[in-house]
Amino acid sequence: MSKMAFDNMSEVAPPSGEQALRAAIGGLDVRGIAPARFGASPMTLTGLGIVLFWIVVALLAPLIAPYPPNATDALAVAHPTPSAAHWLGTDHLGRDILSRVLWGARRVLTVAPVAVLAAAIAGTLLGLCAGYYRGVIDFVVSRIADILLSFPVIILYMIVLAMFGSSALNIILVIAVTKAPIIGRIVRGLTLELRERDYVAAAKMRGETPLHIMLVEILPNARGPLIVDMCLRMGYTTITIGVLGFLGIGLPPPDPDWGGMVKDTYGLMSVWPHMSVIPCAAISSMVVGFNLLAIGLREDTGP
Amino acid sequence: MSEAPNPDTVLQLDSVRLSYDLRAGEANVVRGLDLTLRRGEALGLVGESGSGKSTIAYALVRYLGPHGRIAGGRILFEGRDIAAMSEAELRQIRGRRIAMVYQEPISSLNPVMTVGRQLTEVPRVHEALSVAAARGRAEAMLADVNFADPAAIMARYPHQLSGGQQQRIVIAMALISKPALLIMDEPTTGLDVTVEAAVLELVRQLVRRHNTALLFISHNLATVAGLCDRIAVLYGGEIVEEGPIRQVFANPRHPYTHGLLDSLPRLARNKHDMPLRSIEGHAPSLLARPKGCGFAPRCRHAETPRCTAAEVASTAVPGESEHRVRCVKAVELAPWRPLATAGAHDRAPHARVTLLSTEALAKQYVPAGGVFGRRGATVHALGGIDLVVNRGQTLAIVGESGCGKSTFARVVSGLDTASAGRVMLDGDEIAMLPVERRSAGIKRKLQMVFQNPESTLNPSHTVGHTIARAVRCLKGLSPRAARREAERLLEMVQLLPEILARKPAQLSGGQKQRVAIARALAGDPDVVVADEPVSSLDVSVQAAIINLLSELQAERDESLIFISHDLAMVRYLADHVAVMYLGRLAEFGPVDALFTPPYHPYTEALLSAVPQPDPDQRRARIILEGSLPSTSVTPKGCPFASRCPRKVGAVCEETPPPMQHGPGGHRIACHIPLPDLLRLQAAGPPTGTVFPPLAGSA
Repeated sequence: MSKMAFDNMSEVAPPSGEQALRAAIGGLDVRGIAPARFGASPMTLTGLGIVLFWIVVALLAPLIAPYPPNATDALAVAHPTPSAAHWLGTDHLGRDILSRVLWGARRVLTVAPVAVLAAAIAGTLLGLCAGYYRGVIDFVVSRIADILLSFPVIILYMIVLAMFGSSALNIILVIAVTKAPIIGRIVRGLTLELRERDYVAAAKMRGETPLHIMLVEILPNARGPLIVDMCLRMGYTTITIGVLGFLGIGLPPPDPDWGGMVKDTYGLMSVWPHMSVIPCAAISSMVVGFNLLAIGLREDTGP
Repeated sequence: MSEAPNPDTVLQLDSVRLSYDLRAGEANVVRGLDLTLRRGEALGLVGESGSGKSTIAYALVRYLGPHGRIAGGRILFEGRDIAAMSEAELRQIRGRRIAMVYQEPISSLNPVMTVGRQLTEVPRVHEALSVAAARGRAEAMLADVNFADPAAIMARYPHQLSGGQQQRIVIAMALISKPALLIMDEPTTGLDVTVEAAVLELVRQLVRRHNTALLFISHNLATVAGLCDRIAVLYGGEIVEEGPIRQVFANPRHPYTHGLLDSLPRLARNKHDMPLRSIEGHAPSLLARPKGCGFAPRCRHAETPRCTAAEVASTAVPGESEHRVRCVKAVELAPWRPLATAGAHDRAPHARVTLLSTEALAKQYVPAGGVFGRRGATVHALGGIDLVVNRGQTLAIVGESGCGKSTFARVVSGLDTASAGRVMLDGDEIAMLPVERRSAGIKRKLQMVFQNPESTLNPSHTVGHTIARAVRCLKGLSPRAARREAERLLEMVQLLPEILARKPAQLSGGQKQRVAIARALAGDPDVVVADEPVSSLDVSVQAAIINLLSELQAERDESLIFISHDLAMVRYLADHVAVMYLGRLAEFGPVDALFTPPYHPYTEALLSAVPQPDPDQRRARIILEGSLPSTSVTPKGCPFASRCPRKVGAVCEETPPPMQHGPGGHRIACHIPLPDLLRLQAAGPPTGTVFPPLAGSA
């Protein structure tokens, strides 16, 4: 209580190192202190390590996977637990789980980035226009985002994929279309703030076109939060793809899909838990990797 | 510095060193600080950004954050070492024995608690007073800081108060526990001149009445001159000069103090009588401080190796035992005198060619309707402004926040459009043309320099890109020619070409503002609108930028519309001045006419509020009552009537004042006839005026 009273009394938050430093160093040459601000924290490095691990795995899957992903080992069906021949065991059909997890990474890491990138490009353009022009464009983009945020998207996915069939392209499209307005909303918020900066006014005064102002003056200064958001969204999309696979509307079988692997084997959980736990762990580790990277980047690049 | 325990000594600092641990190394922000503060004494600590003044304020309550530490020396508060105290002991002292007031009062107040709750919490926690007793104390304190109705103020939330009122609440909160030491860190930054004058006056009275020791931290010599008994000038974490206020101002001995005084514009002079001289170079990096005297690299009197060989000790000035200075040449330097006539800036005879004029310019903001079609009140930002800018001359627009001066700049530059009236630029009517619809020719003719150096340059682009882009857009040059032109422009604003490759984060505030000026000049404009271009810069940097603007004008003959709240700066730079109040023109005229009576009563109040760097100057201060009325209500009569100390009667509130014409195009919007106004103002200040006591007199 008395600490609180002091905070109230002293009328400032305790200076963080950064703030105190700014106060102390003021308008000096900041190159001297730059190393204190930039550089990756352990959190970023951990996240980056996990993500890079999966990227390497995905790239090298054909080389490092001990078996073809769909090859069955009839002998292993009776004893699917981990062994010298199958390090992580096999599933109920005798397929090597290690190989399927490695190949599965490949699928997740092609579908998720393409979907996120497509959503980001579309969302960024929508958000820039909404924030810069405001008015009708803003109203439309914002209301679509509102609807999507209040709608259980998974039901939408089920309807769309049931109607048009489940393929990698359809999954990418449906994710991109549903995520774009949400990214758009983030970009819109950033744009609303950045459009009031004096350098934007200066650009207008020298006669730059709106397109130039949006893409060259505003967008580069929104990239920090955008990159962080894309990392987070990679994590979410990994989950989404897993969920779609688990619901049976994911990437079409028989090629390995982490969510699909869990769906096929969760009934055997009490007998052979490794069959579903291992793909679950793969999903989790990738999501955690992207999240750590996102949070770390956010803290490293500062507010 | 002596060990003798003097019961009057509230605060004693013995060779205190403060540092921050950075990845790049240890930054010694404050090096060997000796300071004594006695009961009832007001000490002004003056320094520019980076001098370590705020760090000192935090260190006094051991509040340096995770990276800062007291690296050496002792901070004795009432004889006890701050560094040796436990957290519990510190909590007992903070807020109760040492109180602090910082800038930006709104961030010091809790927005979800009423003023009364925040105020009463202090004595309740620190002194365990009952609710009723604490309330009584809070009301007495609010009356002490000049609130007429304390009970009503206690029920308000911070956002329901004006900036000046908020700062008075913060001061009340600081003093309510009757602290022995009050630390104020730039408490009036961001407040308007007249509000600042009122707050400073209040602080002066309160500190005397409560016998509190005051440590007043500021970048402004003039503010300190009117308030403090002693002054310490800080440079690079060291006190370079310290002493009784009148001795330091009468006989400054350190070249840095000379530099600060030379870079301050005075109300009495303009660029034709007295030049400003900025301090060359940059403040030293805290990581690589030069050997010897820290100021030597920027000092015009420096001698190697005398100044750079060894640390310079602080010595007493002969004949003034309390006046100490840290300079090896302190004794031999010529006495400081205000700089005399520049010569270079002789008033060139100007053919009075009107370049830009406004007629009955008005701007209203109509807030967008809400969901149920309810609209907020219309804001009358500008009403009926008639102004003229001559070719090659400077028109300054002054006024306090909310007076419409920035709106004027935005309308003229096309970032906003007028609601009514005309803006003629060289024969073209541009009032209704947003910048997107202005022709390339008009864009080239009129450019703008913005206020905030932090947002004026795009942080993602290099300086070279920024300037070259402006050249290409405004002059249509090829990329290569634009690059060469960018170098020339950079040279013109006295920056080295190596700056071209830098991004704004690698520039100081002054450098950013120079780049912004170069960008504005890229198309050889006829008119440059500068909206408070120096208000967020250090004093010595301000002088450099102002000098640059006036040199460029002399060279290029462009017109300048200079928006400012700083009358001394305006006096220095302008040829014509417009004083605005609540979106209306109060007074307009040639600079010399404007700074001599008769003035508009508002101009008179503004002038009286400007702090001057002279502790002996006994000027009447007109303290304006109340705060700025809302701009959403169009006043029937004179907009200044509600606060005017020279109000003549109901006519002021009922009838709009006539625009009275004096010689030389001088115009004053006031009901009092000019001869009467002149007589009144010659006779003395209006009632409600405060005569500040001479600093140093008890």
